[in-house]
Amino acid sequence: MHHLSLRALLLATAVSLAPAAFAETPADTLVVAAQIDDIISLDPAQSFEFSGNDVDNNLYDRLVDFDPMDLEAGFKPSLAESWEVSDDGKTITLMVRDGVTFHSGNPVRAEDAAWSLQRAVKLNKSPAFILNQFGFTPENVDEMVSFDGNKVILKLDQPYAQSFVLNCLASNVASVVDKETVMGHAEGEDFGNTWLSTNEAGSGPYTLQAWRPNEAVQLTAYEEYWQGAPAMKRVIVRHVQESSAQRLLLEQGDIDVARNLTPTDVDGISGNDELTVGTEPRGRILYMGLNQKDPLLSKPEVVEAMKYLVDYSGMENSFLKGQFKTHQNFLPEGYLGASDENPWTYDVEKAKQILSDAGITSGTVKTAVRDIREYVDVAQTLQASMAQAGLTLEIQQMTGAQVLDSYRARQVPIFIGEWGPDYADPNTNASTFAYNPNNADDAKLSYLAWRNAWAVPDDMNKATIAATIEGDTDKRVQMYLDIQKEFRDIAPIIPLFQRIEQAGLQKNVKNWNAGGAVSSVFYRQVTKD
Amino acid sequence: MVKAPGQGNLPPAGGGAPGVRRALFRKRARSIGGVALSLGLTLLGLLLVTFIIGRVMPIDPVLKVVGERATQAQYDAAYQAMGLDRPIWEQFLRYMGEVLRGDFGRSISTGHQVTDDLRRVFPATFELALLGTLIGVFVGVPLGVVAAARRGGWIDQIARVVALVGYSMPIFWLGLMGLLLFYGMLGWVGGPGRQGIIYDGMVPSVTGMILIDSILAGDWGAFRDAFSHIILPASLLGYFSLAYISRMTRSFMLEQLSAEYVTTARVKGLSERRVVWGHAFRNIFVPLITVIALSFGSLLEGSVLTEIVFSWPGIGQYITKALLAGDMNAVLGGTVLVGTCFVLLNLLSDILYRVLDPRAK
Repeated sequence: MHHLSLRALLLATAVSLAPAAFAETPADTLVVAAQIDDIISLDPAQSFEFSGNDVDNNLYDRLVDFDPMDLEAGFKPSLAESWEVSDDGKTITLMVRDGVTFHSGNPVRAEDAAWSLQRAVKLNKSPAFILNQFGFTPENVDEMVSFDGNKVILKLDQPYAQSFVLNCLASNVASVVDKETVMGHAEGEDFGNTWLSTNEAGSGPYTLQAWRPNEAVQLTAYEEYWQGAPAMKRVIVRHVQESSAQRLLLEQGDIDVARNLTPTDVDGISGNDELTVGTEPRGRILYMGLNQKDPLLSKPEVVEAMKYLVDYSGMENSFLKGQFKTHQNFLPEGYLGASDENPWTYDVEKAKQILSDAGITSGTVKTAVRDIREYVDVAQTLQASMAQAGLTLEIQQMTGAQVLDSYRARQVPIFIGEWGPDYADPNTNASTFAYNPNNADDAKLSYLAWRNAWAVPDDMNKATIAATIEGDTDKRVQMYLDIQKEFRDIAPIIPLFQRIEQAGLQKNVKNWNAGGAVSSVFYRQVTKD
Repeated sequence: MVKAPGQGNLPPAGGGAPGVRRALFRKRARSIGGVALSLGLTLLGLLLVTFIIGRVMPIDPVLKVVGERATQAQYDAAYQAMGLDRPIWEQFLRYMGEVLRGDFGRSISTGHQVTDDLRRVFPATFELALLGTLIGVFVGVPLGVVAAARRGGWIDQIARVVALVGYSMPIFWLGLMGLLLFYGMLGWVGGPGRQGIIYDGMVPSVTGMILIDSILAGDWGAFRDAFSHIILPASLLGYFSLAYISRMTRSFMLEQLSAEYVTTARVKGLSERRVVWGHAFRNIFVPLITVIALSFGSLLEGSVLTEIVFSWPGIGQYITKALLAGDMNAVLGGTVLVGTCFVLLNLLSDILYRVLDPRAK
C-alpha cells in the first residue's frame, strides 16, 4: 500500500514540476503587490489607514479632487463643477455636476453630497475632525451643511481660507456616498457604517469586486465613469508582506507593481531591463520628539545639541537610501507653504560645544522605539552619536501598539517615528506640530506637541490659527514659512526626513501615481503598452 | 492525550442478547455524552485562559479601532461601545453568551465577522497542513522504518541528517531559498499566494480549499495552478513534519525490532521484509497515529513564518496579527477553532486506536 501511495505522490510532484507557463499579467489588468493588512474599514467616514484610503480613492469621487496627471495644481473641480464664496467668507456654495451616476445607477445629487458630509460628522469616527474644523458638530451639521437643487451649501463658523476648506473637501472623509444605497443597509443608528465597512457605494472609476482582509483587494473598472472608463479593467492588489517575495513576483512578471521594496531589493532590480523604479516623495515626515517632561531633554541646549547629533546624510545614504530624504521642516515637500531649508548638519563637535557651554557633560535617556527596521536603525545611529557627546541612550524595542500607548500618555522620552498628514492642507501638520492650546497632563490632546509635553508659545498657537483664516494664498504661504522658521529655532520636535516611495514597476506600466504627498494611489490614469 | 471516557471496558462488540445490546447502547450514549462534556470543558477552559490573557495584555484594542489621531471623547466612546468599561467577569459572561448563540463578534483588525474570517483563513491553513502532513507521513514513515531496519546504514545516516536539518533550519530562510530556486530561477512552481492572478476568484468557493473547489468545479487549469502554488510551502511544512515523524517512527521500530516476537519470527525463517513490514511495523500503528495527529495539529495552528513568506492567508497570520492588535474577538474565535481541532484529532486517534489495536476490541 505504501508503495502505491509513494508512487502517486511522486507522480503528483512531477506534474507540478513541469514548467508552468508564466506569461505576463493580462494587458487590461493591473496587478499590485503591497502590504495591505492595515485596512480595517472601507467606509470613507471611518477609513483612516493608508491602504484603506488607497482603495477608497478609486471607489469614490469627492466634490473636489486632485488630478493624478497634475498633482501640483492642487484640488480641482470634480463632482462640484464650480463653487463660490460669500462676501463674508463664511458660506461656500458648490454646484454639483449634472449627469453623473453612482455604481448603483442612482444619479449623484447635491443631496447625496450634503448627506455624506453630515453622515461623517454624525458618525464621528476618527477622520471626522477634518470636517469638524469648520465648526460642524453632530448637533448642528444638518443646519450647517445643506442642499438646494444642485447646490451644496456649507456654512462655516469662521471665514476660513478657501484653500483650507477645499483641501479638506478633497480628503477621503469627504467622499460622496450614495445615500439611497447606504440607507438601504443601515442598522439602527449606524448610517450604514457596518455595511459600508466591507462594501462600497461610490461613483468613482472603480467598483469593489472583493476585499479579502490580509489577502487581496479586487477592483473592476466602472465603464460609465464620468471622466471616461479607466484603461485598466481590473486592478488586483495582493497583500505580500515580504519585500523579497514582492521582488520575486515582479521579476517573474506575475505582478506589475511592487510597492514595498527595501533599499536592497530596489538595488537588486535596478539592473533589470524589464523593470523600472518609480520615485515619489510622500507626505510622511520621520521626526524625533524630545519629551519636555524629561529633565535632560527639556533643557534648550540639549534640544539644540540634538539637532547636530543626527547623521542626516549618513543615514540618507545608507540604510534609508531611496526611502527617505533629509527634510527638517514639518510641512512635506508638495504642500502649500513647504520650506526646503535644511539648516542642520551632523556636527558632533558643535553639539559638544553647545552642551559644555551649558555645563552638561553626561546624561542618560531611556526610550521606547517601535520595532520597525528604519526607526530602530535611526535610534541606534542616534545612540552612537549621542555617546560621542557624552549622552547615553537606552533603547527598548516595542510593538506599535505599545509605543503608541505610552506616547499618548506622554511617556516616551525620545519618540522616533513618522507622522502622515491627514488631508492636503498645511494646517494638517501645523495644527499638530506647532499647536498646543493646553499643556496640562489631563488635557489628553492628540497633538504631537502635547504628546511631547511641549508648551507651544502663544504667538505660534495664534499664528497657526490665523493661517487657516488668511484668504490671500500668497500671504498664507508666507505665514507657514514664518511658523516653520520659528519652529526650527525653538521646537523640541525635530523633523528629520521625508518619506519617498519607490515602486518597482514593469517597464510597460505608464502613469503610475501613488498620490504624492497630498493624496492616495490613483489607478484610473494607469496604462500598459 | 485525552482518553475518551469509558475506553477499555467496552463489552464485546456485536453482543447477542437484546439486554446486552441495550447496555452497549447506553454505554455508547454515555461515552458520547462524556466526550461532549470533556470537549465543552476543554474549550471553556481554553476560552477563559485566552480571555484573561487578552485582558491583561498591555495592548489597547481601542486604539486599533479609533486610530492614533482620535480625540479623548472618541476614544472614550469606543471604549464604552466595546464594553471594556465593565468588570472582566461580566465581559466574559457576555462574550460566552454571544459565543453560545454562534456569534463570535466582529474582528477589529479586519472589520469582518470573525466567523467569516475563519471560514476564509482556516481552509487555507487546513489545505496546506493536510498536504504537508501527507508528505510527512508518506516520506517520513518509510524513511523511519528503513532507517530502523538498517540501523547504522546509509539510509539511517541520511535520515538522521534530514531530521537534524529539519530541526535546525530557520523555515523563513528555507522558504525564501525555495522560492528563489524553484519559482525565481527554475520557474517550476507558482509564486507567493494561493493562486495565480488569472484564476483568482474564478473558482466558486465551496469548501474554501482551492484544490478541492477546483476539482468540484471541474476546472483543471485552476487545480493545476493551485497545486503549483501549494506544493512548495506544503513540501516545506512536510519536510519539517517528516523530520519529526521519521525520527519517531525509527525509535518505535527499534523498540519493536528488539522484541522477542521479532526474534521468533526471524528464527522461524521469515524474510526480513515480512518481519519488518508485516510484523514490527503493524505494531507501531498506535503510537504512530498519536505522533501524526500531533504533528497535523501543530500545522493546523498555522505556521506564521511560512504563511508570511508565501503570502498564504492562513489562520497563523490571522491570529498573530489579531493578537498584536489586541483584537480579542478574532483571537478567541481562532483559539476556539484550533482548540476544537485538537480535541477532535485526539478523539479521532482514540477511535483509530480501537480499530487498529486488537486489544481495544
